[in-house]
Amino acid sequence: MALSAEQGGRLAHLLSQHADRSIDRWTEIVTGSLRGRLSRAELARQVQELHRALVEAGQQGVSDLAAEHGGELRAVLSELSTNRARQGFSATETAISVFALKDVLLELMEQERGDDTLRDFVAFSALVDQMGLFTFETFVRARESLIADQAEQLLELSTPVVKLWEGVVAVPLVGTLDSARAQVVMERLLQTLVDTSSPYAIIDITGVPAVDTQVAQHILKTVVAARLMGADCIISGIRPQIAQTIVALGIEFGDIATKASLADALRHVLRLTGVETTARRARREA
Amino acid sequence: MERVPILKIGDILLVSIQVDMSDQTAVQLQEDLAERIVATGCHGVIIDITALDIVDSFVGRMLSTIASISKVLDAETVVVGMRPAVAITLVELGLSLNGIRTALNVERGMELIAASRTDDWDEAPGDEDAETTATP
Repeated sequence: MALSAEQGGRLAHLLSQHADRSIDRWTEIVTGSLRGRLSRAELARQVQELHRALVEAGQQGVSDLAAEHGGELRAVLSELSTNRARQGFSATETAISVFALKDVLLELMEQERGDDTLRDFVAFSALVDQMGLFTFETFVRARESLIADQAEQLLELSTPVVKLWEGVVAVPLVGTLDSARAQVVMERLLQTLVDTSSPYAIIDITGVPAVDTQVAQHILKTVVAARLMGADCIISGIRPQIAQTIVALGIEFGDIATKASLADALRHVLRLTGVETTARRARREA
Repeated sequence: MERVPILKIGDILLVSIQVDMSDQTAVQLQEDLAERIVATGCHGVIIDITALDIVDSFVGRMLSTIASISKVLDAETVVVGMRPAVAITLVELGLSLNGIRTALNVERGMELIAASRTDDWDEAPGDEDAETTATP
Protein backbone atom coordinates (compact mmCIF):
# COMPACT_ATOMS: atom_id res chain seq x y z
CA MET A 1 0.00 0.00 0.00
CA ALA A 2 1.49 3.27 -1.08
CA LEU A 3 -0.62 5.79 0.79
CA SER A 4 -2.73 5.83 3.89
CA ALA A 5 -6.05 7.66 3.71
CA GLU A 6 -4.71 10.69 5.63
CA GLN A 7 -1.66 10.86 3.41
CA GLY A 8 -3.92 10.84 0.38
CA GLY A 9 -5.87 13.69 1.89
CA ARG A 10 -2.69 15.60 2.64
CA LEU A 11 -1.46 15.09 -0.91
CA ALA A 12 -4.73 16.42 -2.30
CA HIS A 13 -4.61 19.34 0.11
CA LEU A 14 -1.03 20.17 -0.76
CA LEU A 15 -1.65 20.06 -4.50
CA SER A 16 -4.92 22.00 -4.43
CA GLN A 17 -3.54 24.65 -2.05
CA HIS A 18 -0.63 25.42 -4.37
CA ALA A 19 -2.53 24.50 -7.54
CA ASP A 20 -1.27 27.25 -9.82
CA ARG A 21 2.29 27.08 -8.63
CA SER A 22 2.55 23.32 -8.88
CA ILE A 23 0.95 23.19 -12.32
CA ASP A 24 3.28 25.94 -13.56
CA ARG A 25 6.38 24.24 -12.22
CA TRP A 26 5.27 20.83 -13.46
CA THR A 27 4.56 22.14 -16.97
CA GLU A 28 7.92 23.89 -16.98
CA ILE A 29 9.85 20.71 -16.22
CA VAL A 30 7.91 18.68 -18.81
CA THR A 31 8.32 21.38 -21.48
CA GLY A 32 12.05 21.36 -20.86
CA SER A 33 12.27 17.60 -21.22
CA LEU A 34 10.38 17.53 -24.52
CA ARG A 35 12.46 20.33 -26.05
CA GLY A 36 9.59 22.14 -27.71
CA ARG A 37 8.06 19.20 -29.56
CA LEU A 38 4.71 19.88 -27.92
CA SER A 39 3.40 23.38 -27.28
CA ARG A 40 3.42 24.70 -23.72
CA ALA A 41 -0.34 25.28 -23.85
CA GLU A 42 -0.97 21.69 -24.86
CA LEU A 43 1.30 20.40 -22.09
CA ALA A 44 -0.31 22.73 -19.54
CA ARG A 45 -3.70 21.27 -20.44
CA GLN A 46 -2.42 17.72 -19.99
CA VAL A 47 -0.75 18.57 -16.69
CA GLN A 48 -3.89 20.32 -15.44
CA GLU A 49 -5.93 17.25 -16.20
CA LEU A 50 -3.46 15.00 -14.39
CA HIS A 51 -3.39 17.42 -11.46
CA ARG A 52 -7.17 17.44 -11.20
CA ALA A 53 -7.39 13.64 -11.38
CA LEU A 54 -4.68 13.31 -8.74
CA VAL A 55 -6.37 15.75 -6.37
CA GLU A 56 -9.69 13.95 -6.76
CA ALA A 57 -8.06 10.58 -6.19
CA GLY A 58 -6.33 11.93 -3.07
CA GLN A 59 -9.57 13.32 -1.70
CA GLN A 60 -11.27 9.97 -2.15
CA GLY A 61 -8.48 8.38 -0.16
CA VAL A 62 -6.81 6.36 -2.86
CA SER A 63 -4.26 4.02 -1.30
CA ASP A 64 -2.60 2.91 -4.51
CA LEU A 65 -3.13 3.21 -8.23
CA ALA A 66 -4.79 -0.17 -8.70
CA ALA A 67 -7.51 0.74 -6.17
CA GLU A 68 -11.12 1.25 -7.14
CA HIS A 69 -11.07 5.04 -6.83
CA GLY A 70 -8.01 5.25 -9.05
CA GLY A 71 -10.09 4.67 -12.20
CA GLU A 72 -10.21 8.29 -13.25
CA LEU A 73 -6.49 8.77 -12.62
CA ARG A 74 -5.66 5.62 -14.58
CA ALA A 75 -7.82 6.79 -17.48
CA VAL A 76 -6.05 10.15 -17.65
CA LEU A 77 -2.63 8.47 -17.47
CA SER A 78 -3.41 5.92 -20.16
CA GLU A 79 -4.80 8.60 -22.47
CA LEU A 80 -1.64 10.62 -22.00
CA SER A 81 0.72 7.76 -22.71
CA THR A 82 -1.32 6.36 -25.62
CA ASN A 83 -1.26 9.77 -27.27
CA ARG A 84 2.47 10.12 -26.71
CA ALA A 85 3.07 6.64 -28.14
CA ARG A 86 1.10 7.47 -31.29
CA GLN A 87 2.90 10.80 -31.68
CA GLY A 88 6.22 8.97 -31.65
CA PHE A 89 7.68 10.11 -28.32
CA SER A 90 10.10 7.81 -26.55
CA ALA A 91 9.16 5.94 -23.40
CA THR A 92 11.50 8.09 -21.29
CA GLU A 93 9.98 11.31 -22.59
CA THR A 94 6.56 10.01 -21.69
CA ALA A 95 7.50 8.80 -18.23
CA ILE A 96 9.24 12.09 -17.35
CA SER A 97 5.88 13.85 -17.60
CA VAL A 98 4.80 11.84 -14.59
CA PHE A 99 8.09 11.68 -12.69
CA ALA A 100 8.36 15.48 -12.85
CA LEU A 101 5.70 15.50 -10.16
CA LYS A 102 8.33 14.34 -7.65
CA ASP A 103 10.38 17.49 -8.13
CA VAL A 104 7.26 19.60 -7.80
CA LEU A 105 6.26 17.85 -4.57
CA LEU A 106 9.76 18.14 -3.16
CA GLU A 107 9.81 21.88 -3.74
CA LEU A 108 6.38 22.34 -2.19
CA MET A 109 7.15 20.25 0.86
CA GLU A 110 10.54 21.75 1.56
CA GLN A 111 8.80 24.94 2.65
CA GLU A 112 6.58 23.45 5.32
CA ARG A 113 8.64 20.88 7.08
CA GLY A 114 6.82 18.93 9.76
CA ASP A 115 7.27 15.69 11.63
CA ASP A 116 5.68 13.57 8.96
CA THR A 117 7.13 15.33 5.96
CA LEU A 118 9.74 12.70 5.13
CA ARG A 119 7.30 9.84 5.61
CA ASP A 120 4.74 11.62 3.44
CA PHE A 121 7.24 12.33 0.71
CA VAL A 122 8.33 8.70 0.54
CA ALA A 123 4.69 7.63 0.30
CA PHE A 124 3.93 10.22 -2.36
CA SER A 125 6.95 9.15 -4.40
CA ALA A 126 5.80 5.56 -4.19
CA LEU A 127 2.50 6.62 -5.74
CA VAL A 128 4.30 8.61 -8.43
CA ASP A 129 6.44 5.55 -9.16
CA GLN A 130 3.31 3.48 -9.60
CA MET A 131 1.90 6.10 -11.94
CA GLY A 132 5.15 6.09 -13.90
CA LEU A 133 5.16 2.33 -14.26
CA PHE A 134 1.53 2.38 -15.33
CA THR A 135 2.37 4.99 -17.99
CA PHE A 136 5.20 2.82 -19.19
CA GLU A 137 3.00 -0.23 -19.54
CA THR A 138 0.26 1.63 -21.40
CA PHE A 139 2.88 3.18 -23.64
CA VAL A 140 4.29 -0.21 -24.59
CA ARG A 141 0.82 -1.64 -25.14
CA ALA A 142 -0.13 1.26 -27.42
CA ARG A 143 3.09 0.78 -29.40
CA GLU A 144 2.50 -2.95 -29.73
CA SER A 145 -1.03 -2.51 -31.01
CA LEU A 146 0.30 0.07 -33.47
CA ILE A 147 2.84 -2.46 -34.77
CA ALA A 148 0.22 -5.20 -35.00
CA ASP A 149 -2.09 -2.90 -36.96
CA GLN A 150 0.68 -1.97 -39.35
CA ALA A 151 1.67 -5.60 -39.90
CA GLU A 152 -1.92 -6.40 -40.75
CA GLN A 153 -2.20 -3.46 -43.13
CA LEU A 154 1.02 -4.53 -44.80
CA LEU A 155 -0.35 -8.02 -45.26
CA GLU A 156 -3.49 -6.59 -46.87
CA LEU A 157 -1.55 -4.19 -49.04
CA SER A 158 1.15 -6.37 -50.35
CA THR A 159 -0.76 -9.19 -52.01
CA PRO A 160 -2.87 -7.94 -54.88
CA VAL A 161 -4.05 -10.35 -57.57
CA VAL A 162 -4.38 -8.58 -60.90
CA LYS A 163 -6.03 -9.64 -64.12
CA LEU A 164 -3.62 -9.46 -67.06
CA TRP A 165 -5.73 -10.88 -69.83
CA GLU A 166 -8.94 -12.77 -70.28
CA GLY A 167 -8.32 -15.92 -68.26
CA VAL A 168 -4.88 -14.86 -67.00
CA VAL A 169 -4.24 -13.48 -63.52
CA ALA A 170 -0.93 -12.40 -62.00
CA VAL A 171 0.37 -12.05 -58.44
CA PRO A 172 3.28 -9.64 -58.16
CA LEU A 173 4.96 -10.71 -54.92
CA VAL A 174 6.77 -7.89 -53.12
CA GLY A 175 8.83 -8.34 -49.97
CA THR A 176 9.92 -11.32 -47.95
CA LEU A 177 7.63 -14.32 -48.15
CA ASP A 178 7.08 -15.86 -44.73
CA SER A 179 4.60 -18.58 -43.87
CA ALA A 180 1.77 -16.21 -42.90
CA ARG A 181 2.09 -14.17 -46.09
CA ALA A 182 2.49 -17.24 -48.25
CA GLN A 183 -0.76 -18.58 -46.81
CA VAL A 184 -2.58 -15.30 -47.56
CA VAL A 185 -1.16 -15.17 -51.09
CA MET A 186 -2.12 -18.77 -51.75
CA GLU A 187 -5.67 -18.36 -50.51
CA ARG A 188 -6.22 -15.12 -52.38
CA LEU A 189 -4.79 -16.47 -55.63
CA LEU A 190 -6.85 -19.65 -55.53
CA GLN A 191 -10.01 -17.71 -54.67
CA THR A 192 -9.40 -15.33 -57.57
CA LEU A 193 -8.91 -18.29 -59.91
CA VAL A 194 -12.34 -19.57 -58.89
CA ASP A 195 -14.02 -16.14 -59.02
CA THR A 196 -12.68 -15.21 -62.45
CA SER A 197 -12.49 -18.82 -63.70
CA SER A 198 -9.03 -18.12 -65.06
CA PRO A 199 -7.09 -21.23 -66.08
CA TYR A 200 -3.70 -19.47 -65.93
CA ALA A 201 -1.87 -17.71 -63.11
CA ILE A 202 1.50 -15.99 -63.22
CA ILE A 203 3.46 -15.68 -59.97
CA ASP A 204 5.94 -12.84 -60.36
CA ILE A 205 8.79 -12.87 -57.83
CA THR A 206 10.65 -9.79 -59.05
CA GLY A 207 10.01 -8.07 -55.72
CA VAL A 208 11.11 -10.98 -53.54
CA PRO A 209 14.59 -10.09 -52.23
CA ALA A 210 15.75 -13.66 -51.61
CA VAL A 211 14.54 -17.13 -52.42
CA ASP A 212 15.51 -19.85 -49.97
CA THR A 213 14.21 -23.38 -49.69
CA GLN A 214 11.29 -22.26 -47.53
CA VAL A 215 10.11 -19.59 -49.98
CA ALA A 216 10.46 -22.08 -52.84
CA GLN A 217 8.44 -24.58 -50.84
CA HIS A 218 5.63 -22.03 -50.40
CA ILE A 219 5.59 -21.20 -54.10
CA LEU A 220 5.61 -24.88 -55.07
CA LYS A 221 2.69 -25.59 -52.74
CA THR A 222 0.70 -22.78 -54.33
CA VAL A 223 1.41 -24.13 -57.80
CA VAL A 224 0.42 -27.68 -56.84
CA ALA A 225 -2.80 -26.45 -55.19
CA ALA A 226 -3.67 -24.42 -58.30
CA ARG A 227 -3.04 -27.49 -60.45
CA LEU A 228 -5.36 -29.55 -58.28
CA MET A 229 -8.04 -26.99 -59.00
CA GLY A 230 -7.38 -27.17 -62.70
CA ALA A 231 -5.31 -24.04 -63.26
CA ASP A 232 -1.72 -23.74 -64.45
CA CYS A 233 0.91 -21.54 -62.82
CA ILE A 234 3.93 -19.88 -64.38
CA ILE A 235 6.71 -18.39 -62.25
CA SER A 236 8.26 -15.22 -63.63
CA GLY A 237 10.61 -12.44 -62.62
CA ILE A 238 13.54 -14.64 -61.67
CA ARG A 239 16.58 -12.40 -61.35
CA PRO A 240 20.07 -13.69 -62.24
CA GLN A 241 21.22 -13.95 -58.61
CA ILE A 242 18.00 -15.73 -57.65
CA ALA A 243 18.47 -18.23 -60.48
CA GLN A 244 21.98 -18.95 -59.18
CA THR A 245 20.68 -19.37 -55.63
CA ILE A 246 17.94 -21.72 -56.79
CA VAL A 247 20.46 -23.93 -58.58
CA ALA A 248 22.95 -23.78 -55.71
CA LEU A 249 20.27 -24.83 -53.22
CA GLY A 250 19.19 -27.65 -55.52
CA ILE A 251 15.57 -26.50 -55.68
CA GLU A 252 13.66 -28.39 -58.36
CA PHE A 253 10.76 -26.65 -60.04
CA GLY A 254 10.02 -29.80 -62.03
CA ASP A 255 7.68 -29.26 -64.95
CA ILE A 256 6.57 -25.81 -63.74
CA ALA A 257 7.23 -23.19 -66.40
CA THR A 258 9.67 -20.48 -65.27
CA LYS A 259 10.27 -17.27 -67.19
CA ALA A 260 12.73 -14.44 -66.73
CA SER A 261 10.21 -11.63 -67.02
CA LEU A 262 6.50 -11.07 -66.66
CA ALA A 263 6.29 -10.19 -70.35
CA ASP A 264 7.78 -13.55 -71.32
CA ALA A 265 5.33 -15.33 -69.04
CA LEU A 266 2.36 -13.50 -70.56
CA ARG A 267 3.57 -14.27 -74.08
CA HIS A 268 3.95 -17.93 -73.10
CA VAL A 269 0.40 -18.07 -71.74
CA LEU A 270 -1.05 -16.28 -74.76
CA ARG A 271 0.64 -18.78 -77.03
CA LEU A 272 -0.78 -21.65 -74.98
CA THR A 273 -4.29 -20.20 -75.25
CA GLY A 274 -3.87 -19.65 -78.97
CA VAL A 275 -3.89 -15.85 -78.89
CA GLU A 276 -1.48 -14.30 -81.36
CA THR A 277 -0.09 -10.81 -81.04
CA THR A 278 0.95 -8.80 -84.06
CA ALA A 279 2.47 -5.35 -84.23
CA ARG A 280 0.37 -2.94 -86.23
CA ARG A 281 2.20 -0.39 -88.33
CA ALA A 282 2.16 2.93 -86.57
CA ARG A 283 -0.34 5.28 -88.15
CA ARG A 284 0.98 8.75 -88.96
CA GLU A 285 -1.23 11.76 -88.75
CA ALA A 286 -1.12 13.55 -92.09
CA MET B 1 -28.72 -45.49 -49.41
CA GLU B 2 -28.08 -42.32 -51.37
CA ARG B 3 -27.19 -42.57 -55.04
CA VAL B 4 -25.21 -40.02 -56.96
CA PRO B 5 -27.07 -38.99 -60.14
CA ILE B 6 -25.28 -39.28 -63.48
CA LEU B 7 -26.42 -36.81 -66.16
CA LYS B 8 -25.69 -37.10 -69.87
CA ILE B 9 -24.86 -33.91 -71.76
CA GLY B 10 -24.01 -34.58 -75.39
CA ASP B 11 -20.94 -36.77 -75.43
CA ILE B 12 -20.21 -36.24 -71.74
CA LEU B 13 -21.43 -37.76 -68.49
CA LEU B 14 -21.73 -35.30 -65.62
CA VAL B 15 -21.47 -36.58 -62.06
CA SER B 16 -22.20 -33.96 -59.42
CA ILE B 17 -21.36 -35.19 -55.94
CA GLN B 18 -23.66 -33.46 -53.46
CA VAL B 19 -23.61 -35.94 -50.56
CA ASP B 20 -21.00 -37.22 -48.17
CA MET B 21 -19.42 -40.25 -49.77
CA SER B 22 -19.59 -43.54 -47.93
CA ASP B 23 -18.00 -46.83 -49.04
CA GLN B 24 -21.30 -48.07 -50.36
CA THR B 25 -22.15 -44.88 -52.24
CA ALA B 26 -18.72 -44.88 -53.84
CA VAL B 27 -18.94 -48.51 -54.99
CA GLN B 28 -22.45 -47.90 -56.30
CA LEU B 29 -21.27 -44.81 -58.20
CA GLN B 30 -18.41 -46.74 -59.81
CA GLU B 31 -20.79 -49.51 -60.96
CA ASP B 32 -23.42 -47.06 -62.24
CA LEU B 33 -20.85 -44.98 -64.08
CA ALA B 34 -19.22 -47.99 -65.78
CA GLU B 35 -22.62 -49.18 -66.94
CA ARG B 36 -23.62 -45.76 -68.23
CA ILE B 37 -20.37 -45.27 -70.14
CA VAL B 38 -20.88 -48.59 -71.90
CA ALA B 39 -24.61 -47.94 -72.49
CA THR B 40 -24.24 -44.40 -73.85
CA GLY B 41 -20.82 -44.69 -75.49
CA CYS B 42 -19.77 -41.37 -74.00
CA HIS B 43 -16.13 -40.34 -74.22
CA GLY B 44 -15.92 -37.91 -71.34
CA VAL B 45 -16.71 -37.95 -67.62
CA ILE B 46 -16.88 -34.78 -65.54
CA ILE B 47 -16.94 -35.16 -61.77
CA ASP B 48 -18.11 -31.98 -60.05
CA ILE B 49 -16.91 -31.70 -56.44
CA THR B 50 -17.95 -28.08 -55.84
CA ALA B 51 -20.19 -29.17 -52.98
CA LEU B 52 -17.51 -31.20 -51.19
CA ASP B 53 -16.03 -29.46 -48.14
CA ILE B 54 -13.64 -32.28 -47.39
CA VAL B 55 -11.61 -34.39 -49.77
CA ASP B 56 -9.65 -37.01 -47.85
CA SER B 57 -7.60 -39.95 -49.00
CA PHE B 58 -10.78 -42.02 -49.33
CA VAL B 59 -12.42 -39.61 -51.78
CA GLY B 60 -9.06 -39.17 -53.52
CA ARG B 61 -8.76 -42.91 -54.07
CA MET B 62 -12.36 -43.08 -55.29
CA LEU B 63 -11.65 -40.37 -57.86
CA SER B 64 -8.51 -42.21 -59.01
CA THR B 65 -10.45 -45.46 -59.33
CA ILE B 66 -13.21 -43.81 -61.36
CA ALA B 67 -10.59 -42.23 -63.63
CA SER B 68 -8.93 -45.61 -64.18
CA ILE B 69 -12.24 -47.37 -64.90
CA SER B 70 -13.23 -44.65 -67.37
CA LYS B 71 -9.84 -44.84 -69.05
CA VAL B 72 -10.29 -48.56 -69.66
CA LEU B 73 -13.65 -47.76 -71.27
CA ASP B 74 -12.02 -45.03 -73.40
CA ALA B 75 -13.51 -42.08 -71.58
CA GLU B 76 -11.56 -39.09 -70.30
CA THR B 77 -12.16 -38.05 -66.67
CA VAL B 78 -11.93 -34.44 -65.47
CA VAL B 79 -12.48 -33.39 -61.85
CA VAL B 80 -13.92 -29.88 -61.66
CA GLY B 81 -14.83 -27.29 -59.05
CA MET B 82 -12.35 -28.10 -56.33
CA ARG B 83 -12.52 -25.42 -53.66
CA PRO B 84 -9.39 -23.46 -52.68
CA ALA B 85 -9.58 -24.72 -49.09
CA VAL B 86 -9.79 -28.31 -50.31
CA ALA B 87 -6.80 -27.83 -52.63
CA ILE B 88 -4.74 -26.28 -49.83
CA THR B 89 -5.61 -29.12 -47.47
CA LEU B 90 -4.66 -31.74 -50.06
CA VAL B 91 -1.31 -30.04 -50.63
CA GLU B 92 -0.64 -29.73 -46.89
CA LEU B 93 -1.46 -33.44 -46.47
CA GLY B 94 0.87 -34.26 -49.34
CA LEU B 95 -1.91 -36.00 -51.27
CA SER B 96 -1.77 -35.57 -55.01
CA LEU B 97 -4.49 -36.85 -57.27
CA ASN B 98 -2.23 -38.73 -59.66
CA GLY B 99 -3.51 -39.35 -63.13
CA ILE B 100 -6.54 -37.10 -62.71
CA ARG B 101 -7.07 -34.05 -64.89
CA THR B 102 -8.65 -31.03 -63.24
CA ALA B 103 -10.49 -27.92 -64.40
CA LEU B 104 -11.87 -24.86 -62.65
CA ASN B 105 -15.53 -25.39 -63.51
CA VAL B 106 -17.84 -27.58 -65.56
CA GLU B 107 -17.56 -25.30 -68.60
CA ARG B 108 -13.76 -25.48 -68.62
CA GLY B 109 -13.97 -29.22 -68.05
CA MET B 110 -16.13 -29.64 -71.15
CA GLU B 111 -13.69 -27.51 -73.16
CA LEU B 112 -10.82 -29.67 -71.94
CA ILE B 113 -12.53 -32.90 -72.97
CA ALA B 114 -13.53 -31.43 -76.34
CA ALA B 115 -9.93 -30.28 -76.91
CA SER B 116 -8.43 -33.65 -76.07
CA ARG B 117 -10.96 -35.41 -78.35
CA THR B 118 -10.06 -33.16 -81.29
CA ASP B 119 -6.37 -33.75 -80.57
CA ASP B 120 -7.05 -37.47 -80.83
CA TRP B 121 -8.93 -37.13 -84.11
CA ASP B 122 -6.78 -34.55 -85.86
CA GLU B 123 -3.74 -36.29 -87.17
CA ALA B 124 -2.27 -33.06 -88.56
CA PRO B 125 -1.42 -30.75 -85.65
CA GLY B 126 -2.18 -27.03 -85.60
CA ASP B 127 -4.78 -25.27 -87.71
CA GLU B 128 -3.77 -21.61 -87.94
CA ASP B 129 -7.16 -20.41 -89.16
CA ALA B 130 -8.87 -21.16 -85.87
CA GLU B 131 -6.55 -18.96 -83.86
CA THR B 132 -7.85 -15.65 -82.69
CA THR B 133 -5.71 -12.61 -83.34
CA ALA B 134 -5.20 -9.89 -80.80
CA THR B 135 -3.61 -6.59 -81.61
CA PRO B 136 -1.89 -4.65 -78.87
